[in-house]
Amino acid sequence: MTDKIMPTFMRLSGLEPFVFSDNVNFVNVGERTNVTGSAVFKKLILNDDYEGALAVARQQVENGAQIIDINMDEGMLDGEAAMVRFLNLIAAEPDIAKVPIMIDSSKWSVIEAGLKCVQGKAIVNSISLKEGEEQFIHYAKLIKRYGAATVVMAFDEDGQADTYQRKVDICTRSYRVLVDKVGFKPEDIIFDPNIFAVATGLEEHNEYGRAFIEATKTIKATLPHVHVSGGLSNLSFSFRGNNYVREAMHSAFLFHAIKAGMDMGIVNAGQLTIYDDIPKKLLLAIEDVLFNRTPDNGETSADNLLELAQEYMGEKGVKRKKDLKWREKNVADRLAHSLVNGITDFIVEDTEEARLGAKRPLHVIEGALMDGMNIVGDLFGSGQMFLPQVVKSARVMKAAVAHLMPYIEEEKLATGDTSTNSGRILMATVKGDVHDIGKNIVGVVLQCNNFEVIDMGVMVPAADIIKKAKELDVDIIGLSGLITPSLDEMCHMAAEMEREGLSIPLLIGGATTSKVHTAVKINPNYKAGQTIYVTDASRAVAVATKLMGDGSAAYQADTLAEYIDMAAKHARARSSKDRPTLAQSRVNALPIDWAGYEPKKPSFLGVKDYKNFDLAQIAKYIDWSPFFSSWELKGSYPSIFDNEKYGEAAKNLYQDATAMLDKIIAGRWTKASSVVGFWPANVDEASWPDNQNLGSIDDVTLYTDDTRTEILAKFHGLRQQMKKQPGRYNDCLADFIAPKTSGIADYVGGFTVTTGLGEEDKVAQFKAAGDDYSAILFQSLCDRLAEAFAELMHAKVRKELWGYAVDEKIDTNELWKEDYVGIRPAPGYPAQPDHTEKQTLFKLLDTTKRIGVKLTESCAMWPPSSVSGMYFSHPQSHYFGIGKIEKDQVKDYARRKGMSLDECERWLAPLLNYIK
Amino acid sequence: MSKDLANQRNQELYARAKHEILVLDGAMGSLIQDLKFTEEQFRAEKYADWPQDIKGNNDILSVTQPEAIKQLHLQYLQAGADILETNTFSSTTIAQADYKMQDEAYNINLQSAIVAQQACAEHLAATGKQCYVAGTLGPTNRTASMSPDVNDPGFRAVTFDQLRIAYGEATRALIIGGVDLILVETIFDTLNAKAALFAVEEVFEEIGYRLPIMISGTITDLSGRTLSGQTPEAFYYSINHVEPFSVGLNCALGAQEMRAHVQSIGAVATSLVCAYPNAGLPNEFGEYDESPEYMAKLVGEFATAGLVNIVGGCCGTTPAHIKAIADAVKGVTPRQVPIVETLKFG
Repeated sequence: MTDKIMPTFMRLSGLEPFVFSDNVNFVNVGERTNVTGSAVFKKLILNDDYEGALAVARQQVENGAQIIDINMDEGMLDGEAAMVRFLNLIAAEPDIAKVPIMIDSSKWSVIEAGLKCVQGKAIVNSISLKEGEEQFIHYAKLIKRYGAATVVMAFDEDGQADTYQRKVDICTRSYRVLVDKVGFKPEDIIFDPNIFAVATGLEEHNEYGRAFIEATKTIKATLPHVHVSGGLSNLSFSFRGNNYVREAMHSAFLFHAIKAGMDMGIVNAGQLTIYDDIPKKLLLAIEDVLFNRTPDNGETSADNLLELAQEYMGEKGVKRKKDLKWREKNVADRLAHSLVNGITDFIVEDTEEARLGAKRPLHVIEGALMDGMNIVGDLFGSGQMFLPQVVKSARVMKAAVAHLMPYIEEEKLATGDTSTNSGRILMATVKGDVHDIGKNIVGVVLQCNNFEVIDMGVMVPAADIIKKAKELDVDIIGLSGLITPSLDEMCHMAAEMEREGLSIPLLIGGATTSKVHTAVKINPNYKAGQTIYVTDASRAVAVATKLMGDGSAAYQADTLAEYIDMAAKHARARSSKDRPTLAQSRVNALPIDWAGYEPKKPSFLGVKDYKNFDLAQIAKYIDWSPFFSSWELKGSYPSIFDNEKYGEAAKNLYQDATAMLDKIIAGRWTKASSVVGFWPANVDEASWPDNQNLGSIDDVTLYTDDTRTEILAKFHGLRQQMKKQPGRYNDCLADFIAPKTSGIADYVGGFTVTTGLGEEDKVAQFKAAGDDYSAILFQSLCDRLAEAFAELMHAKVRKELWGYAVDEKIDTNELWKEDYVGIRPAPGYPAQPDHTEKQTLFKLLDTTKRIGVKLTESCAMWPPSSVSGMYFSHPQSHYFGIGKIEKDQVKDYARRKGMSLDECERWLAPLLNYIK
Repeated sequence: MSKDLANQRNQELYARAKHEILVLDGAMGSLIQDLKFTEEQFRAEKYADWPQDIKGNNDILSVTQPEAIKQLHLQYLQAGADILETNTFSSTTIAQADYKMQDEAYNINLQSAIVAQQACAEHLAATGKQCYVAGTLGPTNRTASMSPDVNDPGFRAVTFDQLRIAYGEATRALIIGGVDLILVETIFDTLNAKAALFAVEEVFEEIGYRLPIMISGTITDLSGRTLSGQTPEAFYYSINHVEPFSVGLNCALGAQEMRAHVQSIGAVATSLVCAYPNAGLPNEFGEYDESPEYMAKLVGEFATAGLVNIVGGCCGTTPAHIKAIADAVKGVTPRQVPIVETLKFG
């Protein structure tokens, strides 16, 4: 008798079996029951409309989905509960439950909760080597024990695989671990080698299409029995809003990927063009992009497709031509049009035409281009153009100048130097500080106005700035800083300029700087030259222009007079105030009634980190109003779009921002990680080791464990010292924590989040490409993402990690109104302005080791798109500002912190209500 | 049982199954009924003061009347059974809660395994034939993938983890008591079975060796599906990950109605196939009518048709039924187990 042979196929089940046999060419996984992929489904789930959600699932199965993917990864949802509830409901619907389920989550706990609900053989989506081999093996063993197959992402400890080689290497390594070490059946492995966005305009993305297809071939040829899958929607992110082109791209990609061996996909089958129906011209352009081929017209494949895509805008591929009437004007007008409208498409050809018509290449800059930039300057000055538009104009200008430079250099060789700048300005963010979005904006705007700007970057020591200033013989130095210790560094810089014999003007700017501080503190250090405070980018041009003009001396003299007057008034104002002592302020602390209060114990004590958080989820928490404000568009989102003056500019900026945000997410331009800790805490006036009697009701004492015997650290607090109306209190953060004497076991938390891992490189890339607009846009988005991440983590802490507000239900609009229980004050900000408290926080959280965020000597966080702070959960905890403090408090604070008075006064300089 | 002995029994079982159809025992319930134990006899001394009636808790008899249970096991061995099932159909903490005896569950499993092994030892001494004990894990009286409340289909009366913990405790006791195999049977909700298998795998990992696992589902009506709605193939794919010794069906329908479904499983199974039907469907008095001869004819046909590797009887069967079945399958070539395709490349 011959042996009967059972072929090796992936065999799944719902109520009915599903065998992935050789006859099955491609398995279509339904993607509509995924909150991250379907707005409709997300809305149903968030509205608790599970009947409606079931209808979506049923419809998918009716439409032929062979497997349905279920994902509940939504920040406002309890993912585990939603997954369990939906799966339990599906189990009661035979017409849905007949197909196998794909349990999709980035959180293991959600996956595991799902696995406990399905009687059939499901697929897990997904696991990877991201958290290391040990964790990977752990998950794989459990998946095997639950009787499921699994999707394995091409992701390892170093990140997502983006090249052919990395995809193949990671999948091969994963395969060997699963098959050899776990005993996982190879036919139950589905590799997802990552489909990334193509035609993004970034060179390193050009290979993404081919890398996936080639990797698929190799994986299928060398790793027996596995399957290859992928999510298609990323691929065409660059063409959001152009569904016709997106669908054509998906079809073309699938056509080739399936040929290469991709046999499973998360695809909306109803939204695929038939490959043969794609117009040949478009198909060629798409395939050039997918295979990174240079089109016949010699453009880059991305540009070519982007251009062609315009013709297919609109719902059904109806051609829509752009209004190109302005192209009929003369070359000077065309250049002006491009500059004012920020259009780069024709700038090189127009500049070349202008050059051919000009006597010298320099004349093009001085003539047509400067004329155009003057229009931009005028429109900006008169409030008809806005910062984002100006920065875009600068991008066009740079492209034009870049085209002319070789000709100018050539001419220079023949005739000698011909500098015709308005002036040369040296800019830097001071030592210890890392923030430079504002400085970059000022730099670009100054360049638009024909200033030569030398940007030294961030964390630049005074000596380096002075050396460079002398070397380049600059006309003006501009300093920027965001955190308070930078103020002290600026004073130091001014004194050094004096010592080194400089006399050029010194401009001061940045969020923490002020006219008063400049007048009172910085200006007196630099008598040989004039220090001038500049509020924003628009003002910077006016100030710099005045300083370079004939009236410069008079303007500087006026400024000096104004500052001297201001300093005198400041001194008088201070002495006249009637303010309470520290002791009196403490008596007027917020009286919380602790009797009967039971603080919630956090779900864990100690520290946990959350790495490579999903940026798409974070993006939902972005508060756009401060974003517009950083671009000098004041107003709150979304009503800012209706603003009569700059509604249009805001809309355009928002469009650019969301488009870039999509790319950031799809291309993983930056990584998001966070670390969170909780500790037993009380306010313990009596305690400090060695009986040093350093206790204070203004400090929060953290203990090593719940026995509260051993002190781990202290969060030192400052207390408001202004005179208060009856019924108002002199606040201090420690007031929100139960005193030890109450016997209540209270807790405090701490966190650091960052969305800046990878930011620096990307910014450098944009700058190298002359695209300051994208660089600044990207920086300002990373900055917003960091705040958004802090907001998301706080919600997670309230609802889950600490869990004191499990039932909290608020939409994102309310989040920004801070309308929830508990606060997350950050050291260096109004409620605790002492930046050095970050050192304590970082040490407790082991932040640097865990997520790579560092502190500079001025306690600024690096990368800059990071947020850190403490968590307080008491219902009466609230944000407040410390305001000015008196010497009695500074002395007491220095003693508690173990700092010299002098050092303490330096850190708290902006708060001091007395002259040092 | 030591790891070495377990491995030895394991190998013997696989070796024997290659050449012969193995015979499982028959029902315990009908034989116990015939003994007509009183409430006092159910309680014995140990549970004399138990706060509620326990008559009907057949599994407790392994503790209170071990000699009687051993005699029943011996009757089946003498009838020709190769594998005994422990008297533990309802011995999880979850099922014993009906008698408030959840704290006794561990001991019931332990004593049931011991008493079955004792019967095997006596039979070996008397006849020289080595027989085996399968530790039974029943379905419990709750379902993890169905709601008992028609108005709230999302509700569950028991969770996966509750089942996993209950099954884990029973498995540990059965193994300490010396069973040779684990039998997850009468599965009407596959998710319950998956929780049981998860627990069994956890226990195997704890002790550092594996026992063969027999898995048996039940098709409750003529729709040809389990109570929780799965087809026989879907059921097989849902539990195949533990690489079972055997998979099959038991209970509910008689042999005639069961045949097609056993065939369906056999068509996809790379394990042995097992079938132990009831003695027909119960009549209006709740009695099973099929005679040993009639049933042996049907089950014997399963064997000659090459559908099965293990046969036996469920509700309504007696030692006479098992003897008739054992005689009918004697010398018949067992179902050929398909060879799993080896790697295509590499």
